[in-house]
Amino acid sequence: MGIQLSRRGALRSAGVLIVSAGLPVSLDAVLAVREAAAQGVPVPPLPGQLDSYIAVHADGGVTAFFGKIDGGQGLDVAIAQIVAEELDLPAERVQVVMGDTARTVNQGGASNASGVSQGSIPLRNAAAEARLLLVEMAAGRLGVPVAALSVGDGAVFVAAEPARRLPFAELVGGRTFNAEVKWNGRYGNDLNVEGRARPKAIADYKVVGTAVPRRDIADKVFARHDYVTDIKVPGMLHARMLRAPVAGAQPVSVDEASVRDIPGARVVRKGGFLAVAAPREWDAIRAAQALKVEWSAAPAPFPDQAGLYDHIRAAPVTKRAVAMQQGDAPAAIAGAARVIAAEYEWPFHSHSSMGPGCAVADVRANGARIWTGSQKPHAVRDGVAKFLGLRPEAVHTVWVTGPGSYGRNDAGDTPFDAAFLSRELGAPVRVQYMRNEGHGWDTKSPASVQRVRAGLDAGGRVVGIQFESKSFSRTNIATSEADPRDSLASQLMGGGLNPQDTYLFPGDFVPTEPYAFPARLMAWETIPPLLDRASPLRTSHLRDPLGPELIFAAESFVDELAAATGADPVEFRLRHLREERDIAVLRAITEKAGWQPRPAGPSGMPGDVASGRGVSLARRDGTVVGLVAEVEVDRRSGNIRVKRMVVGQDCGLIINPDGLRRCVENALVYGTSRALREEVTFDRNNVTSVDWATYPILDITEAPEVVEVVLINRPDIRPTGAGEPAVRTAGAAIANAVFDATGVRLRRGPFTPERVKAAMAGA
Amino acid sequence: MSTRITFRVDGQDQTVTVDPDMPLLYALRDDLGMSNPHFGCGLAQCGACTVHLDGAPIRSCVTPTSAAEGRQVTTLAGLGTPEHPHPVQQAYIDEQVPQCGYCINGWIMTAAAFLRDNRNPSEDQIREALTGLKCRCGTHMAILRAVKRAAAIG
Repeated sequence: MGIQLSRRGALRSAGVLIVSAGLPVSLDAVLAVREAAAQGVPVPPLPGQLDSYIAVHADGGVTAFFGKIDGGQGLDVAIAQIVAEELDLPAERVQVVMGDTARTVNQGGASNASGVSQGSIPLRNAAAEARLLLVEMAAGRLGVPVAALSVGDGAVFVAAEPARRLPFAELVGGRTFNAEVKWNGRYGNDLNVEGRARPKAIADYKVVGTAVPRRDIADKVFARHDYVTDIKVPGMLHARMLRAPVAGAQPVSVDEASVRDIPGARVVRKGGFLAVAAPREWDAIRAAQALKVEWSAAPAPFPDQAGLYDHIRAAPVTKRAVAMQQGDAPAAIAGAARVIAAEYEWPFHSHSSMGPGCAVADVRANGARIWTGSQKPHAVRDGVAKFLGLRPEAVHTVWVTGPGSYGRNDAGDTPFDAAFLSRELGAPVRVQYMRNEGHGWDTKSPASVQRVRAGLDAGGRVVGIQFESKSFSRTNIATSEADPRDSLASQLMGGGLNPQDTYLFPGDFVPTEPYAFPARLMAWETIPPLLDRASPLRTSHLRDPLGPELIFAAESFVDELAAATGADPVEFRLRHLREERDIAVLRAITEKAGWQPRPAGPSGMPGDVASGRGVSLARRDGTVVGLVAEVEVDRRSGNIRVKRMVVGQDCGLIINPDGLRRCVENALVYGTSRALREEVTFDRNNVTSVDWATYPILDITEAPEVVEVVLINRPDIRPTGAGEPAVRTAGAAIANAVFDATGVRLRRGPFTPERVKAAMAGA
Repeated sequence: MSTRITFRVDGQDQTVTVDPDMPLLYALRDDLGMSNPHFGCGLAQCGACTVHLDGAPIRSCVTPTSAAEGRQVTTLAGLGTPEHPHPVQQAYIDEQVPQCGYCINGWIMTAAAFLRDNRNPSEDQIREALTGLKCRCGTHMAILRAVKRAAAIG
């Protein structure tokens, strides 16, 4: 494979560009008009204008303006393929601009694995409309009917006389289409536009479905890719935050003299918000360490961690909802020949991105510019504008690759810190958190308890099932930054709160959804947060929200039902499946894994190491995923070794098989980390898992020996979410494999050696 | 208390006047304007700040700048170029490894030093050589493929 640098990377190699000192991050010089606008207070593109989505340049190349971002899964490449397809261009002729609020319409940023499933649709429609307009322009210029024209290789030509052609560049290159498209009036994930043109039939696709390489990789490999942490603005100050030793404590007094000898160090305090800033980064770090602060005596906010799940069970319910009801499950279970019941527990998890949150803000009298790695830059614009009392149009937010993007992480708090500090200090400010904040003060995925019961008839068939989750809200902190009350800065300053009390099983994602159980009750309950504001245990979305905990419970329980009836776990599932797509994924992975039917359970072979295999199957918003895991359990240490994983995914039409394969593999390894290693720890005062030593993740020596990815392409089904679903498969398949190996059922995550050993000792 | 400290970075002599105890990471990033390596933890736990000091991988987030005096620092940018990529860089491209890529310095710089000293390593040896480095996106399998590939082409 050849080495392809981005234009930015190539410029850097030529020494033209050192850093983006105050320049817009994009370098697409052809877009001179937009660039000029971006120097002042830029005007966001209008959603009803074709030019807001597609530009044809003087050289015939095309830029697509995409109101989401790529977190490193190649979403920009998929968008380029989809746009190129409609314009009959090679994918490399389409550049993609993402996440800049002055250059892209608000499509909701990264959200719910919707990049292709929803985000690509307006881009596809706009590209189709651009093609139609190009053809109509050419028809007028060539004096032939539209029907006589074809499109290929960046030109419109007379089908019968290919030499009579007009390149895109000649038709509209460097100019605007100045055409309207019909906007559906929505912003965010649901935004769509349509023109007169009909997009291509999938059967005619040539670019979609091919393996197109990523554009950012060579730059990253040669250290030429700027992250948000690398943004430098002239005159910029570096800031660091100070955090309370006891969550909820307030600074009572601050001894500014304690940092007087640090050059340029300044202290900013408002309520519980406390920061230091200095011209040099190391000085800001030193000042944060040196600053003497007396904190208020706050009551210990948290229960003992050992009692977390009892706390959840006993806590008052603030909200209860039934996500799915079918028949009368409680009655069916009450009348069943046999009842199986189990409870599954899942801890808080941390985003713990590779780099702690970072943002740069330059707040001036006439507006603000924010550089953020948040995956929802338009929401950052709206939230910061409200926070500062500015119009949204006066805040220009530029998305720059962040150090990981897995939901509403600490990147979502830093723009508020930086903006406030920039205004207070009258200078551009770069805020970067320290490691203990990245782990200790990010939002957490909610800890939960799942209670599951099912009734079996005399023949071992399920007559009813009841699944209830009890948990902290999944959106105590909103999943976007659009409301400043969700920011740590605002909460520390005493701003009001904006908690949402939800644990909704979203869309086509109900635990045990694939199975044709005759009666079902699926319900959730939420409980109050442990600390109502600025809490290190405040809860929000983390990569595949609710997937790991709910599918761990659901698919472990289905396995328990299979075991209770003496059935092979795959055969038991097949017996209850009804949809062809679920069946196809299960068959594909079990065939690939060489699954031989037999009831799960230990072989009775002696020895210190026991082998087992387990399976899981799940849906997520239209995507089907399944996993076969083969493990070895060391009876002496309790350590689980993952020997082999065969993961299958059907997410409809495949846009880029290479990109998809890596997305699925990465999601699975990440899900394995969550299941085997991850748990936020805390004492009565604060979170105590504050770095990689106290919050272990899957080490490369612990990664599976083999991962095999099976993709099922469904050209007739619109693409659905690809980047997150496999996360949820790991927990249950591993736990089921441990049961197969040892006869011990793991019902609490993570499956650490200590916990496995204790479970075996208790069995 | 600032001190003049001179060392070579990616083949060029550089002098910084800094607190000698300041970690090398900040001298590279802030005084020499390099956008790389990265701050990940400041605790030598993750590897995002890894550079070579006289050929050995070190965590620049905990290495005092004074320790670099008179020595040779190599960063990811100096390991290879698009024209002359290091085998690990080439393998990373061939295998399309990174997701976010913020961790990349640790893996590539550690693997490059390991493969220089260990020809034909087994997969277990590669895993042991890379233990402790962090990747939060979950690209572990792609990293292993790339390092094995680099071992084969190197």
